[in-house]
Amino acid sequence: MDSTRRGFLAATGAVVSQDLAKAQDHDHNHQVVPSDPTLRVKALESLLVDKGLVDPAALDVLIDTFEHKVGPRNGARVVARAWVDPAFKKRLLADAPSAIAELGYASGQGEHTLAVENGAKVHNLVVCTLCSCYPWPVLGLPPVWYKSAAYRSRAVIDPRGMLREFGTEIDEDVEVRVWDSTAELRYIVLPERPGGTENLSEDELAALVTRDSMVGVSKVPPPGAKA
Amino acid sequence: MNGIHDMGGLQDMGPVQHERDEPVFHAEWEGRVYAINSALRATGKWNLDAWRHQIELLPPVEYMQMTYYERWLRINEQLLVKHGLVTPTELASGKPDPGSTKAIPALTAAAVANRLGRGIPSSQDPAVRPQFKVGQRVRARNMNPVGHTRLPRYARGKVGIIGRDHGVYLFPDTNAHFQGEKRQHVFSVRFTARELWGEHASARDTVHLDMWDDYLEHA
Repeated sequence: MDSTRRGFLAATGAVVSQDLAKAQDHDHNHQVVPSDPTLRVKALESLLVDKGLVDPAALDVLIDTFEHKVGPRNGARVVARAWVDPAFKKRLLADAPSAIAELGYASGQGEHTLAVENGAKVHNLVVCTLCSCYPWPVLGLPPVWYKSAAYRSRAVIDPRGMLREFGTEIDEDVEVRVWDSTAELRYIVLPERPGGTENLSEDELAALVTRDSMVGVSKVPPPGAKA
Repeated sequence: MNGIHDMGGLQDMGPVQHERDEPVFHAEWEGRVYAINSALRATGKWNLDAWRHQIELLPPVEYMQMTYYERWLRINEQLLVKHGLVTPTELASGKPDPGSTKAIPALTAAAVANRLGRGIPSSQDPAVRPQFKVGQRVRARNMNPVGHTRLPRYARGKVGIIGRDHGVYLFPDTNAHFQGEKRQHVFSVRFTARELWGEHASARDTVHLDMWDDYLEHA
């Protein structure tokens, strides 16, 4: 664990107090919090620790989990396994949480995962128009663009135009199937295996699989392609 | 609530800004907010639906101006006060009020893995009967509740086909307001792009939404 995180609180306690004092001087009616989010978060964390409401060590573990352990490499391993093991792929499409658990990945927001398969006539795309629902155990926390107004608004009304901006052209005879995560179900796209990968190992295949391809905004590039 | 959060189908929001090699958190404080949020959820004082609704209650202009984790920060401050864990004076001063009692953290470092593995409540409880079945034509109700709902505006009044029964889940429209879990079935409903957006949409494309029993009627 990064020891500098533990220093996160200690460093600027004095600065926070000054900032608050200044804010109070200016206007008592306004919300009295430092405008700089760094200072404001430090003030909040410090208060919550003092009140015994949060354990800073638990915060460190949570951050470490999503910075270093849970992320799109998990999903890439799931996809690569499905490409090389037809029985696993069948289980993944029928009962994704159990299949994903076989690889040792499980955590909140993932117990209701569904895998949707791309093919010659179907291209799947995942969005959450209402907030930011995303399959955490296999893809980690969502990127900023996935949570943006631009993505959330357009994915359902103009998926083809939006995909074109991602450099993804979908033929007219292919159905674009958009999954709006409006309940507690979470979707991961099983992308098509690119050509020229017949001799690659499962590890090499996993290295090809991008996060974006598992959200459905791009396809998996063939080996050696410029990203 | 017909809020700004309900974004499906809005236009003129600009191009999607894709960032190459994006970090998980863009600043250290974002990670702290993410983690504080998780730790506070473990207190059990508010449920996930109430949490989502608190974000929806942000004034629309602020919602649009804030970054994602700025929203999380603001609503956690609000929820702490709303549910009596922190007083407004404590939030302002950054110090516990004199004489306030010290709690025991709901989430310890050792418990994080277990906490992350815990699921959102759902079941296949046979006592809860589905009102619809796979293959049926259904219409999403035309409703405009002022509270929390997970039925987006763009689907209201539209006709689709049930593709799958996901089993039994808590009903967000009541659970968000602590008015009961009202467990019921959730279905995947398939809408054609033309049903949702009109004749200029692709004849081939579809949009699939997950919908609670109470959002649907026979069509």
